[in-house]
Amino acid sequence: MTARTLYDKLWDAHLVEQFDDGAALIYIDRHIAHEVTTPQAFEGLKLAGRGLWRRAATVAVSDHNVPTRDIHHISDPVAKVQLETLARNCREHRITHFDIGDVRQGIVHVTGPEQGWSLPGMTIVCGDSHTATNGALGALAFGIGTSEVEHVMATQTLVLRKARNMLIEVSGTLRPGVSAKDLILAIIGRIGTAGATGHTMEYAGEAISRLSMEERMTVCNMSIEAGGRAGLVAVDDKTIAYVEGRPGAPKGEEWTQAVAAWRELHSDPGAHFDTVVRLDASEIEPQVTWGTSPEMVLPISGRVPDPAAETDEVRRTGIAGALKYMGLTPGTPLAEIPIDKVFIGSCTNSRIEDLRAAAAVVKGKRLAANVTLAMVVPGSGLVKRQAEAEGLDRVFLDAGFEWREPGCSMCLGMNPDQLLPGERCASTSNRNFEGRQGHGGRTHLVSPAMAAAAGIAGHFVDVQKV
Amino acid sequence: MEAFTRLTGLVAPIDRPNVDTDAIIPKQFLKSIKRSGFGPNLFDEWRYLDKGEPDKANEGRPLNPDFILNQPRYQGAQILLARDNFGCGSSREHAPWAIYDYGFRAVIAPSFADIFYGNSAKNGLLLVTLSAEIVERLFNDTRATPGYALTIDLGAQTVTTPAGEIFQFDYAAGLKHRMLNGLDDIGMTLQKADAIRAYEAKRKQSAPWLFAET
Ligand code: SF4
Repeated sequence: MTARTLYDKLWDAHLVEQFDDGAALIYIDRHIAHEVTTPQAFEGLKLAGRGLWRRAATVAVSDHNVPTRDIHHISDPVAKVQLETLARNCREHRITHFDIGDVRQGIVHVTGPEQGWSLPGMTIVCGDSHTATNGALGALAFGIGTSEVEHVMATQTLVLRKARNMLIEVSGTLRPGVSAKDLILAIIGRIGTAGATGHTMEYAGEAISRLSMEERMTVCNMSIEAGGRAGLVAVDDKTIAYVEGRPGAPKGEEWTQAVAAWRELHSDPGAHFDTVVRLDASEIEPQVTWGTSPEMVLPISGRVPDPAAETDEVRRTGIAGALKYMGLTPGTPLAEIPIDKVFIGSCTNSRIEDLRAAAAVVKGKRLAANVTLAMVVPGSGLVKRQAEAEGLDRVFLDAGFEWREPGCSMCLGMNPDQLLPGERCASTSNRNFEGRQGHGGRTHLVSPAMAAAAGIAGHFVDVQKV
Repeated sequence: MEAFTRLTGLVAPIDRPNVDTDAIIPKQFLKSIKRSGFGPNLFDEWRYLDKGEPDKANEGRPLNPDFILNQPRYQGAQILLARDNFGCGSSREHAPWAIYDYGFRAVIAPSFADIFYGNSAKNGLLLVTLSAEIVERLFNDTRATPGYALTIDLGAQTVTTPAGEIFQFDYAAGLKHRMLNGLDDIGMTLQKADAIRAYEAKRKQSAPWLFAET
């Protein structure tokens, strides 16, 4: 038997039929729905007189439009209709749905692993590109469009073409104060936002093995920002310990059987990767993005780049345009850039370990006077409850941070949490595109500890030195 | 998706090139959570004198008397006659949804934008490409003849005029199979239902936990 990558194994295990033109019919184990990308899919089913192929395969949670201050007050009528439509569709089709007010409600990619909706070895889809987060469990997880959502609900399959294999091998150990977020930002900085286009990325090596499950989720989450549709980490003891006892995890005899199967979910020695990238974790510093694309990132010790120093014409105009939007002057040390707001949350960094890391920096300190708003938005009601049990909410509140209800919030500002034009934000989210967090808003992507430290200092600062 | 085999329908002409998807269905309607009901807002900016909004009722809105589809003689038209590069612009699938929801089942033009072409076929809207000269003649005949209707036979790939003149058109075999049988992407996959069931049965043996209740 030829040596296979983890991706090869997951692909082979879900192959229903191979077509002559290179496409294949792939079975989908789990579909996780949220309110934004599903209404037309449900309506399409209805118009065609079709039902769900396998009801129990689909589960749902409201997240993108959820207000984080008063969860029962939705000011935008369009948002309200989307939320109500999801609830109604789930009732009609008897789909499990965590709606606003349910403690289990949260960001779709936080809720999935938390509930055991996502399990190792599954194919997992959701109408959202950050579905790759679930790849941390050794599952093939990727975002799909609305017509594909309908296709999955009606047939439990997708017509796909196999991607190429990419290995991101990270040796060494991350230094104290350097997080999984810094690692993935450094990877994106190295390979670029198109670096993994057409590939499924597998993260491996000593540094990845050392990461906790939540840290692996942070890494896999941003695979899409590196151009990959899916990110993977092999199953190990940590994976199995993480899954055990979750509501959706197998029990009893099935658990034993499942664990035995999951132990095979790793790339075989000698398996072929089309592209290999190697990094040394110990060389990575805390990262800060300075531009309007996640690849525009530098270590905190760096300075805002000078477009004049760039020889490539396209890159030069790209840098100049980004600096103009971001309101930055070439040569400015990143550690001297003052901020207006802090956002700690999103499917990248809103799990309990993220909140702990931020709280550890904040504890006993006060928000800087120039910071007008610092908000902490837990990834789910359960994360929120856990944090409160540990007293983290007090730590944040005492320091002048706001403690919000779970949801996507200012990651994309579909709810009222938005930046105002010109405002600069230290954000733990995943996209620093123009206008992403509000029209004219300026986003700098950082780790939770770096965001917290910036909130306290009033400007970016090397958390290793705090 | 509804199958398209043969249609005899009233023709309405829209005499401008490069009709883009934003003209077909303006962007404010994309906020909708639906894929049906766009018909009343087809060509919204040309059709009405005021600005349309997604949550606004369309009955009673002031109609633009100069817009061709508002003329009594074109009410109930099922075939839209158009000029070059019809459907250019954004990839919104709402464009064919709106045209179809209005009641059109086919569009005839000298050329269509690529993405629009693919989206239309997916939604049961037949796009017929005929030469510019033939389209020009059809425009003249439509204008000159109240009640002018054409017959489109997809099986034979022909358009027949009331005078019995027949024009042949090209249509890709794969798409034709789908249109004739009313198969959308899902319909195509469901032809493999047995293979999917067989896969599930096997998988249930080896990994039963994947089929747990939720
Ligand atoms: S937190 Fe942000 S990136 Fe994640 S699912 Fe929500 S909107 Fe998308």
